[in-house]
Amino acid sequence: MRVIRLSLGLCAGALFAQHGYSPAEVDAGGRLYRSNCVNCHGQEGTAIQGVDLGRGKFRRASTDDDLARIIINGIPGSPMPPSNFTQAQADTIVAYLRSRVGATTATASAGGDAVRGKAVFEGKGGCRMCHRVNGNGSRVGPDLSEIGALRSPENLQESIVNPNAEIRPENRTVRAVTRDGATVTGRVLTEDTFGVQIIDSHEKLVSLSKANLREYGFLKDSPMRFLNLNLSAQDVADLVSYLQTLKGVDAQ
Amino acid sequence: MKACALLLAVAAGTLPAQVSFDRIVHAAQEPQNWLSYSGGNDGQRYTPLNQITPQNVKNLELQWAFQARSLEKFEATPLVVDGVLYTVQAPNDVVALDAATGRVFWIYPYKPSPKSRPCCGKVNRGLAILGDTLFMATIDARLIAIDATNGHALWNVEVAKPEAGYAMTLAPLVVKDKVIIGTAGGEYGIRGFIAAYDVKTGKEAWRFYTIPGKGEPGNNTWAGDSWMHGGAPVWVTGAYDPALNLTYWGIGNPGPDWVGDVRGGDNLYSDCVVALDPDTGKLKWYFQFTPHDDFDYDSVQVPILADMDFKGTPRKVMLWANRNGFFYVLDRTNGQFLLGKPFTKVTWATGLDERGRPMRAPGAVPTPEGNKIYPGNMGGTNWNSASYSPRTGLFYIPLWDNYYSEYVKGPAEFGEGRVYVGAMPRSPVPMIQAPQVQNRKEEDGYGAIRAFDPKTGEKKWEFKLSEVTDSGVLSTASDLVFSGGRDGYFFALDGRNGELLWRATLGGQVSSGPMSYSVGGKQYIAVSAGSTLFTYALRQ
Repeated sequence: MRVIRLSLGLCAGALFAQHGYSPAEVDAGGRLYRSNCVNCHGQEGTAIQGVDLGRGKFRRASTDDDLARIIINGIPGSPMPPSNFTQAQADTIVAYLRSRVGATTATASAGGDAVRGKAVFEGKGGCRMCHRVNGNGSRVGPDLSEIGALRSPENLQESIVNPNAEIRPENRTVRAVTRDGATVTGRVLTEDTFGVQIIDSHEKLVSLSKANLREYGFLKDSPMRFLNLNLSAQDVADLVSYLQTLKGVDAQ
Repeated sequence: MKACALLLAVAAGTLPAQVSFDRIVHAAQEPQNWLSYSGGNDGQRYTPLNQITPQNVKNLELQWAFQARSLEKFEATPLVVDGVLYTVQAPNDVVALDAATGRVFWIYPYKPSPKSRPCCGKVNRGLAILGDTLFMATIDARLIAIDATNGHALWNVEVAKPEAGYAMTLAPLVVKDKVIIGTAGGEYGIRGFIAAYDVKTGKEAWRFYTIPGKGEPGNNTWAGDSWMHGGAPVWVTGAYDPALNLTYWGIGNPGPDWVGDVRGGDNLYSDCVVALDPDTGKLKWYFQFTPHDDFDYDSVQVPILADMDFKGTPRKVMLWANRNGFFYVLDRTNGQFLLGKPFTKVTWATGLDERGRPMRAPGAVPTPEGNKIYPGNMGGTNWNSASYSPRTGLFYIPLWDNYYSEYVKGPAEFGEGRVYVGAMPRSPVPMIQAPQVQNRKEEDGYGAIRAFDPKTGEKKWEFKLSEVTDSGVLSTASDLVFSGGRDGYFFALDGRNGELLWRATLGGQVSSGPMSYSVGGKQYIAVSAGSTLFTYALRQ
């Protein structure tokens, strides 16, 4: 027990970028973050383009001192306002931000092998019939080149074994019938009052005017639900392990 | 003699006529102009112009566009005085343009203090004018008077401290010889106020605190010292009734926004409309829409004043579509509640009692794990103006429906100039900035322009939008209704039945109220989208 705790402590220590922070500081920073920063940065710290506070991705800061300075002074000429935080308060927010990096740990991929997972993905899984990774595969389904940076292993596993559990709004399938009787299906990209933009089953970008449609709606089922994948638990763990390695070109 | 006449003619052609207060009160008599934020002091956003009709509106075409050098949203409604259009390029540059061509006469550039920290964008909603002086309230909480002819500042006074969270985003309101403003800052633990300044000197004439001080009536509606940092900001322009000599203002949320239990009580005058004597600032009456608000339901909507037969009696009423999801009719002589009904999905209250006080739904409060409540934080509607047409007798509301937030109970700690709100609510609909890629589900919130009969609260028609809207509404004497949405469309509806008659794709989110004016007998419709101001008129 003691040994386990020690190793956990070491892990946590390694995650903190520069200074060591106490759990109390992290808690205090979390409170300040939730009541002051969420308005613009969002609960997950991802609401500002190019900034992902939960993954240590900043535009203008690298050190803890940079971060604290920005929290106190703001960034002139940007929407980031100055604050009246004390140095100590700003430091606790930095502690909180640093604590979140790598906070999720893999469990769904336990025992998985990424190399085998890649083979499943490209082989019997048939994933590339709809999905694309780093320029290979179809664009009909969501591109997975950076899915490992965006989703937890649990979430990835759920999407494979139970694809209908959560269909994210941007992954819904549109089915429309035009006035001249043609049926169009595809994945929704954007929708507005008068039109809908999709990527269709031929990987074409198609813009539909609602005024020209006889029928229009979203399918309730994920297209993955109709696949008879016949994957073993090991295959799934391998796939999840592989998907976790996909971090996008920015991360390379 | 000839030369002299020529000189006089030139002079007459270039000198702007003085905008007397009498002209502002009788704005309906000069429909070619738009002399105050809402067009008239009655807040109706109704233009008597009728050249553009349901029959010919399909022939609207772009006349000119003014691209602001600002990435902020254009929230200002322009003023138009005798062919000159005045607006504000965010945050605080005043611009004078030829209203027929869009060419710039002058720009008054103002750099607000970097200490300013408005919660929700460095925006401005417009100007006021009196005589030949423009008035601008700035995001660093200053009030500036500017010469409308040459764009030079005449005076510039401090209203409050920006470093303490005070900011101003509203268009001021001129009443007689005073210019009236209010301060934003409801997310920073301010103590809000409305104040009047002498138009000539910029000297403060009176101040009405929107939270009563110790010993004043209403102070006991705030537990302990919570009144000192209770917010109650004012960030949208009020209205004025010259016959009653009352000015009406909507007051914003109590703070901290989502932590009601540190400020036990009704929290007067947060989420109220107050009726003030414009000469003294004395309170004549108030009506509170959301006592002890836990949901950030600012009641800053423009009060809409109308005279109508109400249940067989001629009445001076006030129409109000509130952020809390209810539509109200009040008697504006005394604040008496006449009618109230939900205009969108509401779950925080089960209804209104006979005095208009909401009956809170049991358990509808923020919780540590998050509590799903309708309408969500941005409300059933927000600050963007509704419109009343005395011709159709209908009240047009830009609204959000199926819209909820999960309200989270979290800690709030006061520190001067710091955000003082509690935990942010969660919602699938972004609060302020529209996503450029929008594919949200309809059950997670959509927008609409909906018409109501104010005498009954009954819905007459709706025009549904797939995205929510931050646009105001303009109604016209030809029974057209203009509005827009976050998805970048600007459109004209038939005000009698909601039929779509015309639309333009402007690309940017419409975050202002459309308005109308005419120059040389040609009617224009102006609207901003993104950071650009667009004007339309009929193809010649």
